[in-house]
Amino acid sequence: MINRRHLRAALPFLSLAIVLAATFYVQPRTMSYFGLNLMLQYAIPIALATIAQMFIITVNDLDLSIGPFVGLVGCISATLLLNDPVLGVLALIACIMAYGLVGALIHIRNLPSIVVTLGLSFVWLGIAVLILPSPGGKAPVWLKAIMSFQMPWVPLPIIAAILIGGIVHVALMTSSLGVIGRGAGGNPKALQRAGWSMLKTKVAMFTIAGFFGVLAGLSLLGLTTSADAHVADRYTLYSIAGVILGGGEFIGGRVSPMGAVVGALTLALAGAFLIFLKISPDWQIGAQGAILIIVLAMRALITSGEARR
Amino acid sequence: MNAVIKRLGDQPWIWSFLAATAVWLMTIAFTGGQGAGEILTSALSFGTFTIIVGLGQMMVITTGPGNVDLSIPATMTLSGVIAMKVMDTDSANMLLGIVAALSASLVVGVANYILIRLLRIPPIIATLSSSFLVLSTAISYGRGIRIKPPVPLADFATVRYAGVPVVAVAVLGLSILLALVLKRTIYGRTVLAIGQNERAAWLAGLKVKSVRFATYLLSALFAGICGILQSGFSGGAALNMGDDFLLASIAVVVIGGTSVAGGKANVPGIWGAALFMYLLVTMLNIFGASPGVRLILTGVMIISVITLAGGEKTSR
Repeated sequence: MINRRHLRAALPFLSLAIVLAATFYVQPRTMSYFGLNLMLQYAIPIALATIAQMFIITVNDLDLSIGPFVGLVGCISATLLLNDPVLGVLALIACIMAYGLVGALIHIRNLPSIVVTLGLSFVWLGIAVLILPSPGGKAPVWLKAIMSFQMPWVPLPIIAAILIGGIVHVALMTSSLGVIGRGAGGNPKALQRAGWSMLKTKVAMFTIAGFFGVLAGLSLLGLTTSADAHVADRYTLYSIAGVILGGGEFIGGRVSPMGAVVGALTLALAGAFLIFLKISPDWQIGAQGAILIIVLAMRALITSGEARR
Repeated sequence: MNAVIKRLGDQPWIWSFLAATAVWLMTIAFTGGQGAGEILTSALSFGTFTIIVGLGQMMVITTGPGNVDLSIPATMTLSGVIAMKVMDTDSANMLLGIVAALSASLVVGVANYILIRLLRIPPIIATLSSSFLVLSTAISYGRGIRIKPPVPLADFATVRYAGVPVVAVAVLGLSILLALVLKRTIYGRTVLAIGQNERAAWLAGLKVKSVRFATYLLSALFAGICGILQSGFSGGAALNMGDDFLLASIAVVVIGGTSVAGGKANVPGIWGAALFMYLLVTMLNIFGASPGVRLILTGVMIISVITLAGGEKTSR
C-alpha cells in the first residue's frame, strides 16, 4: 500500500502538472516568464488563504469567514495602514487576536465552528463596509512594490508558493507545536490526557490562521491596489477546495501544507485555463466544478484500497 | 410552574423563539406598537422560504458530521428558471412546469449522492462542485430572460388570509409532516440513528445507504419547491435568487437547535430561527442602522444565540 500512499501524496502535484500542461498546449505563449507571472500572481493570496483554512481544518474545525476576513484586511490596509501605519498595524494585530479569541470561544463552549464562523463572516463584512462603504482606498507603496517585484529567472508567484509551502511544512509537520496541533485533530482526548491544553492548542492554531489570513489580505491588496469589502468573498470556497484538492481531510488532522499550496495554484490556474479555452462565460463556473470533481474522482480511485482496510 | 419552565428551558428550540420574540418586542417598542402585525406577516412570508430549504438542510445535517448540502441555492435557481420557462406565463402549463422543475431538482440530488457515494467525495465538496455545474446549467438555460409566473402560482405564493400567508400554512403542514416522519417512520428513525453512529446503525442492519440517498433527494426536492414558490412570489426567477439561502439554510438549522454533529433534528427550531433572522433584519432596518452596522449586528446575534444555546453537552 506504500505505493498508493505515495501516489496519493503525488496527486495534487500531478493535477497541477496536467492543468499547467493543458494551459501551455492551448496557449503556448503562457510558457514564459511574463505568462506564468500573470497567470499565477493571484494564486499567492489564494494560497495564503488556503493555508489559513488548513490550520483551522487541522483541528477539525471549518472557517466559513476567511473570504470576508481577507476582504476586511484589504479594507483596513488600504485606509488605516496607508494613512496611519501604527494604527493600521494595531488594527491588523487586533484582527489576528480576534481569530484566537474565536478559537477559544469555540473550544470553551464546544460550539460548531461552521455556525460561529458563519456569524463571524457577517461581522467581518460589516466592519469592512463601515471602513470602506464603496470600493476604493489605495495600497501602501511598499506593498505594491513587494507584489510587483520582478525576480530574476523565476516568476515571483512560484518562489512565493515554494516559500509558503516550505515554511508551513517545517512548522506544521516537523515542529512540536505542529505535531500537537495535528494531534488535536487526530485524537483530542488522547492529547488532553497526555497533559496538553486543548484550549491553548486551538487558540494557537486559530491565531496562526488569522495571521495567514492577514497575509492573504495584504498580498491581494498589493495586486489589486485598491480595496473592496466583497473582493474576496469567493476565497472561503476556494480555500476549502484548495485544502481538499491538496490531499487534506476534514477530520483527523490529516493535512498537507505543500499540497494545500499546490491545490490553490491548481484552482487559480484552472481559472486562467478556462478563459484560454474560450468556454462560454455561462459554463466557466461549471467547468471549475467539473475540474474539482475529476481530481477528487482520481483520488478516490487511488485511495479506494486504503479506505477499505 | 417551575417544572414547566425547566422543561421548556431544556428544549433546544426555545432559544430561537425567545430571541425572535425579544427582537419583535424591541422593534414594536421602538415604533410605539405601530406595524406590529404587519411585521409578523412579512416575517412569515419571507421566513417561509428559508424554512422550506432549512427543513431539507436539517435532514442532511442530521445524517452526521460533514453532511451539508451546499447545492441548495443552485438547485433553487435551476428549478425556478425551468419552472418559469416551461410555464411561460400560461397557467395551463403549470403542472408541467412544476413536474419539470422538481424532476431537475431530483436529478441534482441523485448527482450529489453519486459524487458522495461512488467517488467518496466529502459532501461539502461534492455538493459545492455539483452546485457549480447546476448554476452553469441554469445560467445557460435561463439566458437572462425574465418570465413572469402564471397568475395562479403568483396568487398562491402571495395571497394572505387575515395576515397569514397561505404558503406559511402549507409549509406548517409540511413541517408537521416532516416532524412525524422523523419521530414515527423507519426512515426518520434511521436518519437519526445514522447521525448518532453510522457504524452502529449499519451493524444494526439499517439501510444506511438508501436512507442517505433519500435524504439528499429530499433536500434537493425541497430546494426545488422553494425555487418554484420563490419565483411565484417575486414575479419570476432570477439567477441570483438562491444566493441568500446558502448561509441562511445552515444558520436556521443550527440556531434552531439541530445538532451539527448529527443525530438530533429539531423542526420547531427552524421556524423560530427563520423568524428570528428575518425580524432581526427588520428591526435593524427600522432602527435606521447603516448596512455595515446591520451586518455586524446580524453576525453578533447569530454568535450570541449559538453561544447561549450552548454546543454539544456531551463531548465525543
